[in-house]
Amino acid sequence: MRAAVIVFPGSNCDRDMKVALEQAGADVHMVWHKDADLPEGVDLVAVPGGFSFGDYLRCGAIAAQSPICQAVVRHAEAGGYVLGVCNGFQVLTETGLLPGALMRNSGLKFVSKTIDLKVETENSAFTIGYRAGGALRIPVAHHDGNYVADASLAARLVDEDRVAFRYSAPLNGSVDNIAGVLSENRRVLGMMPHPERAIDALHGGTDGQAMFRALVEATVAA
Amino acid sequence: MKARVHVMLKNGVLDPQGEAVKHALGAIGFAGVDGVRQGKVIELDLADGTDEATIGQMCEKLLANTVIESYTIEVL
Repeated sequence: MRAAVIVFPGSNCDRDMKVALEQAGADVHMVWHKDADLPEGVDLVAVPGGFSFGDYLRCGAIAAQSPICQAVVRHAEAGGYVLGVCNGFQVLTETGLLPGALMRNSGLKFVSKTIDLKVETENSAFTIGYRAGGALRIPVAHHDGNYVADASLAARLVDEDRVAFRYSAPLNGSVDNIAGVLSENRRVLGMMPHPERAIDALHGGTDGQAMFRALVEATVAA
Repeated sequence: MKARVHVMLKNGVLDPQGEAVKHALGAIGFAGVDGVRQGKVIELDLADGTDEATIGQMCEKLLANTVIESYTIEVL
């Protein structure tokens, strides 16, 4: 499987993402935000966490306008896989690849801790390695993770089984405790928690590994 | 020419920062503050003759996230 990790000025989880994907067996290319094209034959684009462009204007807003994001949108529209974590999730909502928006945490505080994350669906290449209803231990570290969706969007996400993960307890004000959402074709996932920070016993847990392994398997099989 | 863009959270979107400011005003003794909404003001220095439609596109594309925010344009 060939993966691209996008690097913006201010990204800080890009190398963690590379390590996580390589551990699962992916061939990983780091791609600078000013590039207009993805490397040939990329199966998965990972948009990493961090503070792209200093979170100026709105988190992810300026990154979403960068040249590479147009290529990421084309990749997604052609049915490619895209994973956005934390700031990457914010970037994907700003590009319109995922619905809703991420606002300042309702408690106004930056939250940085390992939380219980409930798997809501096995029906995606990202979550097929988990058991729906199961709980994962995954770190979160964000100030703007409060997922906002109006009532009709929230209902649609549930009806279409597009809520990938929920926080087991209220964390940041997210509607219905939503922590991760899938696109309509289930090939784009955005999530605030950091699976790439839970892939080694030294991280304190390895619950993130199954996501990267499942992605590699999905693209090898295809 | 100059233009000023006001970006506000849409009605119905909870504004956690505005709520915190409201509580702080109460805490320092200002009674009767029933609500606070916090937004952004963006001043643009533009080439003369830039039409309002173009400024609108700037808002739609970048300056506001119309999922949660509304904007108004004031040409100065």
